[in-house]
Amino acid sequence: MSLALLMQSTGGGAEAAEYVYMAAALLFVLGIKRLSGVRTARSGNWLASIAMFAAVAVTMIVLWDVVGGPILISGLVVGAVIGLLLATRVPLTEMPELVALFNGLGGASSMLVALATTAFYISTMGDPGSAMIDGFSIGTVSAGGGHYAAAIVASIFIGAVTLTGSLIAYGKLSGKVNSSRKGLLGSQAMNVLLLVGALVLCWWGGFAADSYSTILTAQVLLTCVALALGIGLVLPIGGADMPVVISLLNSYSGLAACATGFVLENNLLIVAGSIVGAAGLILTMIMCKAMNRSLTNVIFAKFGEASEKEDTGYTNVKSTSAEEVAQLLDVAQSMIIVPGYGLAVAQAQHKVRELADYMSSKGCDVKYAIHPVAGRMPGHMNVLLAEADVPYEELFELDSINGEFSNTDLVIVVGANDVCNPCANDDPTSPIAGMPVLNVWDAQTVVVIKRSLSHGYAAIKNPLFEADNALMFFGDAKQALQDLVTEVQDL
Amino acid sequence: MNYALIAASEADGSNVRFIVIGLWVLLLGIFLGFELISKVPPTLHTPLMSGANAISGITLVGAIACVGADYPGWGKVIGFLAIVFATVNVVGGFVVTDRMLGMFGSKKKGS
Repeated sequence: MSLALLMQSTGGGAEAAEYVYMAAALLFVLGIKRLSGVRTARSGNWLASIAMFAAVAVTMIVLWDVVGGPILISGLVVGAVIGLLLATRVPLTEMPELVALFNGLGGASSMLVALATTAFYISTMGDPGSAMIDGFSIGTVSAGGGHYAAAIVASIFIGAVTLTGSLIAYGKLSGKVNSSRKGLLGSQAMNVLLLVGALVLCWWGGFAADSYSTILTAQVLLTCVALALGIGLVLPIGGADMPVVISLLNSYSGLAACATGFVLENNLLIVAGSIVGAAGLILTMIMCKAMNRSLTNVIFAKFGEASEKEDTGYTNVKSTSAEEVAQLLDVAQSMIIVPGYGLAVAQAQHKVRELADYMSSKGCDVKYAIHPVAGRMPGHMNVLLAEADVPYEELFELDSINGEFSNTDLVIVVGANDVCNPCANDDPTSPIAGMPVLNVWDAQTVVVIKRSLSHGYAAIKNPLFEADNALMFFGDAKQALQDLVTEVQDL
Repeated sequence: MNYALIAASEADGSNVRFIVIGLWVLLLGIFLGFELISKVPPTLHTPLMSGANAISGITLVGAIACVGADYPGWGKVIGFLAIVFATVNVVGGFVVTDRMLGMFGSKKKGS
């Protein structure tokens, strides 16, 4: 069903709407461009939201006589209220979950638009077996209208996988879904089965079915199978790989919008969808590179399984106290802070900054080393530290800070584990071998603030904790940092 | 140039022509997307993702058409849900992105 044709049928405004869509596409492009620069990012987000508002408004105005006003308005109001509440109330530590949830809803919407379009065809053309409008029928490829059928099944397929995949990612990030759960759903054989089933149903529901009722059956079945596939694909993926998965699902939601663009013959959806798809893919590749793993490896390999047997526990671990670390802080001339997910969980970003401020005030050189996959989302640590007003000039990327550890008196690792595991460099058999890590052990002394000796998400032992120059400071990151601040100020 | 042929194909509906134009747009859009954000500072990974996520809610435009008078009852129900979900995605996505970017901004004053 062409959106433009629908608009023409309402009389007037169809062409004007096309121009508004064109302007919106331009603003989306400019908005995304500005979102990738620190100083311009906020205005970029504004440009994109203005474009969205204009596109939605012009669609509403032109279609006002055709669409049911009360349904439309109540849908918009309900959605806007829920969106606003979630976006303003949710604490920043839960940002990864929230982004995953929004992403899933976008995919759901694309899926539903495609299903509603099928409903429209069936109700308008009601007569089974007749030649269908807009080429939505058997053998339509030769008739030149096959793209409707292909686009509808693609929208359903990608949208459904995005929806349940994002919901599982949401569950994992918020700790509601156990990361290491094993079962039939999520096994590779089951995923292959579901994928093949979905492709067959795509073909059936798009091209092979010979009546509207079978088209409907096939598409409803496709929806169910694709929903199951989304669960199965994300369920076995470990928490450490979540930054990759979220980026990839973000890309999918763009592709789903793109497919919906072909359903509606609307270029704005295609432009916006393809740019989002590309953006998600770029982030996915950046995250994969940061873990030295290929995308297929992330999706198909179960992380950490091989290493479980060789874990023999820790020996030679030196536990330390707030007083002892305070002594070290007192004499340190240079200090690097390595934040990890534990910092986010303990909400310790403000305490970290308090300690860093105090150290800076007495002349110590303070820097933060940010690993690209620290946390559960691309750029997670940057967002958290920004909330605590840490100047981004003090944040350093892996490549630019790794050479500096050897000239540093004191490194404080706050709730990070796998991103500073020497196995990645030293042990070629380790599951994380070759992953770029922060070489914290090069520093004079390393203090690791951690709740226990438990594994990180990669589920492997970290020899750093046994190193001669490493001290373990056990405790909740926030409380531990608070103790440090108090102790060091008392000296 | 056979004008009669062109006229006939235009009267025939826009199907064939749209798929060609649409695929051109898709091709250039993907290329543009890659070029636009080939180099993103890690600071912006999260806001970029969440902003892009909000843009993918553009499917809302399609959802609006799905509560049209010609749609059967259950089609309208699906359309209504599509509108709600897409609006949550759009509004929530843009607001949360602005909230995050606001923090990046406020710290400039501090330093």
